[in-house]
Amino acid sequence: MKNFSGLLMNSSLDPAGFWFPDQASQNAELVDDVYFFIYWVSIISFVIIVALMVFFVRKYKRNKPDHMPPKQSDHNTVLEVGWSIPVGIVGVILFYFGAIGYIDAKTPPSDAYVVNVRGYKWAWEFSYPNGATSTDLYLPANTPIKLVISSDDVLHSFFVPAFRLKQDAVPGRYTEFYFETKEPGTHHMFCTEYCGTQHSTMGTRVKVDPETQEKVMDPETGQPMVENQVFVLPQADFEQKLKELGNPCEGLDAASCGKLLYAKKACVGCHSVDGSKIVGPTFKGLWGSDRKFADGTSAKADENYIRNSVLNPKGQVVAGFNPVMPTYQGKLSEEDIKSIIAYIKSLK
Amino acid sequence: MSAPAVDVGHADYLKHAKGILSWLYTLDHKRIGVMYLIVTSVSLLLGGAFALLVRAELFTAGPTIMEHDTYNRMFTLHGAVMVFLFIIPSIPAALGNFVLPIQLGVKDVAFPRLNLASFYIWVLGACFLMWSMYDSAIDTGWTFYTPYSSDNANAVSAAAMGVFILGFSSIFTGINFIATINKMRPKGMTFFKMPLLLWSLYATSLIQVLATPVLAITLLLLTLERTMGLGIFNPALGGDPVLFQHFFWFYSHPAVYIMVLPGMGVISELIATFSRKRIFGYSFIAFSSMAIAFLGFLVWGHHMFTSGQSKTASIIFSALTFTVAIPSAIKVFNWLATMKGGAIWLTTPMLYALSFIWLFSIGGLTGMFLGTLNVDVHLHDTYFVVAHFHYVMVGGTLMALFGGIYYWWPKIFGRMPNDKMGRLSALLTFIGFNVTFFPQFILGSRGMPRRYYSYLPEFQDLHQISTVGAFILGVGILVGFAGVVMSLKNGKKAPANPWGANSLEWYCSSPPPHENFKVQPEATDPYDFSGWKWDKRTEGYVRKASEA
Repeated sequence: MKNFSGLLMNSSLDPAGFWFPDQASQNAELVDDVYFFIYWVSIISFVIIVALMVFFVRKYKRNKPDHMPPKQSDHNTVLEVGWSIPVGIVGVILFYFGAIGYIDAKTPPSDAYVVNVRGYKWAWEFSYPNGATSTDLYLPANTPIKLVISSDDVLHSFFVPAFRLKQDAVPGRYTEFYFETKEPGTHHMFCTEYCGTQHSTMGTRVKVDPETQEKVMDPETGQPMVENQVFVLPQADFEQKLKELGNPCEGLDAASCGKLLYAKKACVGCHSVDGSKIVGPTFKGLWGSDRKFADGTSAKADENYIRNSVLNPKGQVVAGFNPVMPTYQGKLSEEDIKSIIAYIKSLK
Repeated sequence: MSAPAVDVGHADYLKHAKGILSWLYTLDHKRIGVMYLIVTSVSLLLGGAFALLVRAELFTAGPTIMEHDTYNRMFTLHGAVMVFLFIIPSIPAALGNFVLPIQLGVKDVAFPRLNLASFYIWVLGACFLMWSMYDSAIDTGWTFYTPYSSDNANAVSAAAMGVFILGFSSIFTGINFIATINKMRPKGMTFFKMPLLLWSLYATSLIQVLATPVLAITLLLLTLERTMGLGIFNPALGGDPVLFQHFFWFYSHPAVYIMVLPGMGVISELIATFSRKRIFGYSFIAFSSMAIAFLGFLVWGHHMFTSGQSKTASIIFSALTFTVAIPSAIKVFNWLATMKGGAIWLTTPMLYALSFIWLFSIGGLTGMFLGTLNVDVHLHDTYFVVAHFHYVMVGGTLMALFGGIYYWWPKIFGRMPNDKMGRLSALLTFIGFNVTFFPQFILGSRGMPRRYYSYLPEFQDLHQISTVGAFILGVGILVGFAGVVMSLKNGKKAPANPWGANSLEWYCSSPPPHENFKVQPEATDPYDFSGWKWDKRTEGYVRKASEA
């Protein structure tokens, strides 16, 4: 493939990154080489087509209504077969290099570092060999990585533009993608298979202060900050990070741990803590309040109510809301749920 | 049922019978074509309004004018209305219905009652689809992918039923066109002497008849899953959601060619007529329509390279996809070769045809990026794909439709469209279209996913350019409609043959009499324009005296 890029076109033709984000994986180089080959074939073909069109329109203009052009040949089999041949050849070249790159991205070496990616409405959860989990993706630099992707509910698609990586997350099966990280860096990730209300915030998104609902601005650039990203770290930093992730609540009281889980387990996407309505009811003032449900019943918000709402969210749906929350059965331990309850208690 | 017979030749088909009932009960293919033209145009305006709402919402990175759920419904409505109500029926059922029998020199299609039935089935299907989408607020996108759609199974079944009913309308039109072309060609018109529009409509009809039933199977399976709990598509029941995508694209990919082939046929007519020259490589163009129809059935898996289908399947589908490039390229080359050495007349329809070549070339060339496996993995479900298929569908089909409307309008209504407005519209739609969709190629390459309500601030500039373009395009379309509709009131009376074309529809008066021709004429050579001369008095072409 290196020869291919040297012989034909390569991505150094996109120095300012006009068409592409960073080339942050081995796979990205392969994709960009083929992309720019097609790009130049397209530009040349397009220029020829339009130039001929404009030239003919100007040269062969009708000069009066009765202008009849001279009789000319109306077919030429050699020519017609002839101009199909380059089209066919380009097709074969593109197919070949596209398929080679694709097979490459689907064939991980046996020593690839495995990260599990789980999509659910509407967040990604990454889990690492040591059992740690995170909502940002952390990867070691210069390492072959195999992602094993799954979904809890509907189709999602895990997309990291800088890696030129995309793979659907399909409920009921694992899908895979292999690539090799390069230097340390920070990249965006997205969900690219439509999955409902919060589809567009499932991945890198503008950072919003959960208390004020205001965009958080970067004091240096004055631009809105983003969160939920892919971090490629030097090996040592990566290992340090894994340790932290392995035990997130160490040294914290229950309410603070709950606050951490609230962000980490994506409760923040749907439940505000400032009284505003997002997708689900706010946590502010929830504790001890009377809940009226869509089926007409009601209950007081106590430990049991919160626990049931976490594990069986469709059981008691507050009037005015849709039953869209997935169950957190298996995603939160009993300890975690206690911490969440403590956090909700603290939000008067 | 049918309207009372009136002496042929005394009244054109518009004045042939009066009153609303004479239209609603009509079996005249011309009136049915006009009714289709009206309903598909209304669908276009409706779908366009949804598109503008979507683009307006995307003007800023965060919330702009609506909630995310509303946005999700808007893009679903835009897609469903444009695909199922506008673009599939537009050219075949509206222009095709009007032109096809006259080009064959016959009084009507083979099965006039089936033709009217197809119209009412369309109306029924359209009402059903719109009602179900409105009533249950469907937000799945026009693709209805499971298992997201399984959560809303009743509504999706109802919407799929609407699409299925619309499919019958397509099938009926297809059967009608196939039978009419096979059995009713005039003396001397072999298949290879037909106008190329008829070849493209024939190819389209074959796809309609063969692909649409797959949609019925899908609907049946969805219903079985819902009522009997058979796990087919829903993983919660042990089904496979990827199977749904196979079924869906097995219909919907051929449907893409249902959308674009008739447009290619229209363009072949326009380029030949306005170059006043025999179309170059007739048989290659005709065969390429059939090749596209056939190959269109073999490439559906290229929508699914990232879906989790097997590697082998993806590789085979990628290889097959490139075969479609050849017939598409043949058409473009032949249109250019037709223009070479011609006497090119830049009428409004010709401007649309040139616009088509520009836009369709971009649409086709960017298809190469998406057929290439590893590049598609990066570009799939981004704005690159959105831009690509709009270049093909809108840049292709919509331009061909407008070109066709301006070309046949004098024949249909006996009035010349407003030329200034036509030219302005061709210019505005061309500029508006490129400004809307070209930036989306850049957005997509940079990683902007489609169907996003909010997006990262770095994408905002390109989105804003795109939104401005969409409104220019919207104005262009309105001007285009105004140019033809206003001509009904104050347009110049159209001569029988304003363009000097030689297919049979230009031999009868504008508008044509109720029965088109008293006796079926013999076939003409549709691409021999030498028999016509300009007549100053009527500002149209008349037969040269020696042959008249």
